[in-house]
Amino acid sequence: MAVKVRIPSPLQKLTKNQSEVSANGKNIKELFSDLEKQYPGLRDRIYDESGSLRRFINVYINEEDIRFLKGEESEVKDGDDVSIIPAIAGGVS
Amino acid sequence: MSYVNGLKCRECGRQYQKEPIHVCEFCFGPLEVIYDYDGIKNALSRKVIEGRPKNMWRYRELIPIDGEPRVGRDVGFTPLVRAKNLGNALGVDNLYIKNDSVSHPTLSFKDRVVATAITKAMEFGYDTVACASTGNLANSVAALSAEGGIKSYIFIPADLESSKILGTLIYGTNLIGVKGNYDDVNRLCSEIAANYRWAFVNITIRPYYGDGSKTFGYEIAEQLGWRTPDNVIVPVAGSSLITKVWKAFKEFEMLGLIGKVNTKVFAAQAKGCSPVTSAIKEGRNFIKPVKPNTIAKSIAIGNPADGYYGIKTVNESGGYGEDVTDEEIIDGIKLLAKTEGIFTETAGGVTVAVTKKLIEQGRIKKNELTVVSITGNGLKTIEAVSNRIGNPVIIEPRLGSFQEKFGKLI
Repeated sequence: MAVKVRIPSPLQKLTKNQSEVSANGKNIKELFSDLEKQYPGLRDRIYDESGSLRRFINVYINEEDIRFLKGEESEVKDGDDVSIIPAIAGGVS
Repeated sequence: MSYVNGLKCRECGRQYQKEPIHVCEFCFGPLEVIYDYDGIKNALSRKVIEGRPKNMWRYRELIPIDGEPRVGRDVGFTPLVRAKNLGNALGVDNLYIKNDSVSHPTLSFKDRVVATAITKAMEFGYDTVACASTGNLANSVAALSAEGGIKSYIFIPADLESSKILGTLIYGTNLIGVKGNYDDVNRLCSEIAANYRWAFVNITIRPYYGDGSKTFGYEIAEQLGWRTPDNVIVPVAGSSLITKVWKAFKEFEMLGLIGKVNTKVFAAQAKGCSPVTSAIKEGRNFIKPVKPNTIAKSIAIGNPADGYYGIKTVNESGGYGEDVTDEEIIDGIKLLAKTEGIFTETAGGVTVAVTKKLIEQGRIKKNELTVVSITGNGLKTIEAVSNRIGNPVIIEPRLGSFQEKFGKLI
């Protein structure tokens, strides 16, 4: 099951400059562990030392913030679009 | 002379050069300005500050610009009003209003942050500024960019109050109404900011921008005779102002300009958009974003950028958070107008109504020195009260017609 994940520009160094990658998993947690396998180092940037998603990272499934869904347990299915967006993004260029 | 040494991540502490950046590359935490406080301590004293013109730049060393202000030279030093009548109405003895509803030039506290941000943008060499706004910021960016002679692009929710739209367009800006709420606008602007070399005042240069609000806090302390109040009530949208008022008090304390700060900071929100006050009440330290539904559009941010720090500020100071209904907001606006002759916008109605509630709850005591923050002007949100204040009495241009309505005096 492949889900498209949009990567914010500061993390694109880790994804070989790709702004969109695909990953597998049935929920956000699984999706992100698969991403770590494909692109080592990504996990440290998304999760803090205690293993929670970093406070200033927002994750969206098809434009809906996962905090409105079930957080990291929110299910994803084939064809969904997941975006990782810094809570206070922009202005990197 | 600059007292800015660089930027630092509030989350992980990584340091950065003085650049137009606002997010930590590593952990995405917000960046804040690092000041040379030793240098500032040598340069600033009560006497030095008191000898300067009455505007926000009297605290120049604590504002993160390198040269002289390029726009908004007369912003700030708004009145701190002793509110005896409002105090009587609410049952407290020592109440003050910090009144930014008369801020020069666009009648809200946003002139402070925008004067700082546009000066900084010009120092960085930008020729275009931009912002995502619920209205007050839009007015201020449009006006001060006109003054600075630079281009501006302003993004607002398309359904904003008409005076806020008019009060932006008049300055000849590029105004874009986005079909969505502020959080939608903000998200779009984040993407636009990544694609255009514009200084988005509340995105690209946010660390500098935000520190302009500290002057609201410095002024309260100075105007109270170099001390901080027992309580301050601050309206909360993105949570920037509330954290900066606290930071201002703590900086003054650190610099020895005032004694120990024992101020409780209270967050005020509308019930229809209360992600910060709900978190405080429920004892959470994280924000659950909400979809706003309130007449207090200027503070209707469902996913507040600095929400976490807003909660932290309130808890650290021993304050609390409270929220009020649209009905209470309108009553708050009317109460302030009728008791003090100050016409504030919906956000001000929120702080007045929340203050009332906090007094009723006993969280604010009768004899404590309390400052209510009024951050915007009522003429910008006339829709909120237009059906609630009655109509003029219409008469013929004859004495008899007047006397018919009002009776004979003699």
